[in-house]
Amino acid sequence: MKADRSMISSFIKPIMESLIAVAIGVLIGAIVLKFSGYSPIKAYVALVKGAVGSAYGWSMTLSAATPIILTALTFAISARTGIFNIGAEGTVYFGAIAAIVFTNMFANPIWGLIGGIMAGILWALPAALLKVYRGVHEVISTIMLNWIAFFTALYLVLGPLANPNDPNKTLEVPASARLPLLMRGSELSLAFIIAIAAAIITYYILWHTVLGFELRASGYNERAARYGGINPKKAIIWSFLIGGIMSGIAGATEVMGRPPSYAISQGMANIYGYGFDGIGVSLVGRNHPIGIIFSGIFFGALKAGATYMQIDAGVPLEMVKVVQGIIVVAVAVPGLWDLVKKVVRR
Amino acid sequence: MIDMIISILLGSLTAMVPIVLTSTGAVVSERAGVVNIGYEGILLMSALFGAMFAEMSGSPWIGLLGGAFVGMLLGMLHGAITVYMKGDHIIPGIGINILALGVVAFGITAIWGTAGQHQVPSNIRIQPIINTPYGGLSPMVLITFVIVFLTHWVLFRTPLGLRIRAVGENPEAADALGVNVERYRFLATVYGATLAGLGGAYLSVDWLGVVTKEISSGRGFIALANMVFSGWNPIRALIGGFIFGFFDNLSVWVRTNPAISQVVPWQFVATLPYIVTIIIVAGIIGKVRPPKWDGRPYKRE
Repeated sequence: MKADRSMISSFIKPIMESLIAVAIGVLIGAIVLKFSGYSPIKAYVALVKGAVGSAYGWSMTLSAATPIILTALTFAISARTGIFNIGAEGTVYFGAIAAIVFTNMFANPIWGLIGGIMAGILWALPAALLKVYRGVHEVISTIMLNWIAFFTALYLVLGPLANPNDPNKTLEVPASARLPLLMRGSELSLAFIIAIAAAIITYYILWHTVLGFELRASGYNERAARYGGINPKKAIIWSFLIGGIMSGIAGATEVMGRPPSYAISQGMANIYGYGFDGIGVSLVGRNHPIGIIFSGIFFGALKAGATYMQIDAGVPLEMVKVVQGIIVVAVAVPGLWDLVKKVVRR
Repeated sequence: MIDMIISILLGSLTAMVPIVLTSTGAVVSERAGVVNIGYEGILLMSALFGAMFAEMSGSPWIGLLGGAFVGMLLGMLHGAITVYMKGDHIIPGIGINILALGVVAFGITAIWGTAGQHQVPSNIRIQPIINTPYGGLSPMVLITFVIVFLTHWVLFRTPLGLRIRAVGENPEAADALGVNVERYRFLATVYGATLAGLGGAYLSVDWLGVVTKEISSGRGFIALANMVFSGWNPIRALIGGFIFGFFDNLSVWVRTNPAISQVVPWQFVATLPYIVTIIIVAGIIGKVRPPKWDGRPYKRE
């Protein structure tokens, strides 16, 4: 009986901590809104209504959740291996670019996805090798690679991939290579199903394969893992590669399954920022693939609702990013649940 | 030829300030055992609020102090989580970086009513103390030198510095000798974040004169790379900062030089500081040693 109880509490506790962090984010967000001269209630009502108040709202929420679930998986796999891969951002750019190039060559969605996966693997390799062979801390290398990716992608978007018929975007993914929509007239496509499948596969790899065991073992205690015959270097490289694949797919599905543009827009606005959003999604989802599905949909709702908040309540849509940031900082506070219990008991 | 050298020298000195200030702060923080990867976010938020304070008061110096103050507050947040609550050292930094993206994007719109970018009026920017036809020299460059030498002296020549290094190297021994480990770790963390805050405000009210979502451009992380390069030593961080500042400035200089930008796309030149950073860090590793308890929470047995 006792064992059951502690198992339940070890399951409930992280969920409660994430919910408390979300509550703190919403609360401090309301204070910021008040001080900036907006009505917090009006803003939040508009946000919730826009995000989940209609079937269309839900479709926007889920399509916004798609890329950030995938980039969150990148971070989660690395965190489970004991490293901090924050290179999802740059990998998304190259995933999108590779998908555009491949679909324009082969006009088939499968090739687009393969392009995204290959870009993800290739762009994950430098940081993985630098970490394993030179001991370069992955936070520094992945951030530097993000910036290198940003400027390189910007060059490709403005130069070789520029659309001769439309100065506002790159070459489009041809119609035959686009992912089918799940709801007519919406932005929700098969990409969402791919993201959910990716989360489930990640869960399976981490908890039901030998490789996953090796990843988690070297993340939990590198020395003990090595003693047990596990090669942490191999684990780190695999974790970077699987993570890279997820972010590469995120970029590919953004251009193959997100109407109306089916291309990279000017300034890369439609593929920018997903890597950083994903880190927040992963942390709130407790670096667990199933948790990430739920927190991804929550962050997706924030994104989808933000537009309505701007229109209906006149609040700049960047406000939701403030809420998002506060939530992530709150998640970093250890023992949040115990802290709240202590305060409540007093 | 000589004018080009002067212009590159002045540009490098100008560009090194935020990197050197942040690196010096990071050296102190990590010498005490606290890793903070939130400097990027601190630079961003201090650039925003520094410009806001400067415009509200009409004085860029108030803006710089305001930026340092914002850095201090964020340092206290990081210190509270890592030192007193024994939390992970990386995740709060990630949180501060993500928070900064939101605060700056929202802040520019909420404070000035413009989207994405705000130009700081030239009359409330720090004026250079030396003006040449090839560029100016900000008083902040001199202040940075003073801060670095003072920090170096305190860290290696005073009892205070000894305690700071002791709590990062061997907190158990320090604790046994009656040093309050948590207090010195906390103060070092706050000091590091405050210097980064000063560097952030420098970006907006001095050097670049603008507030954007990308104003820090990875300099918070380049500063961490420079800290590794320096072997956790402020004066060597000054030298490293000059090298990083040189490449940072070079990419700006090439971008505005039509003779070169016609041959090489500016985007490739813009990647230079980041490539150099990776190469330098990859080359230096193994030759330097971090403080022994760097990034590890200390709990009394």
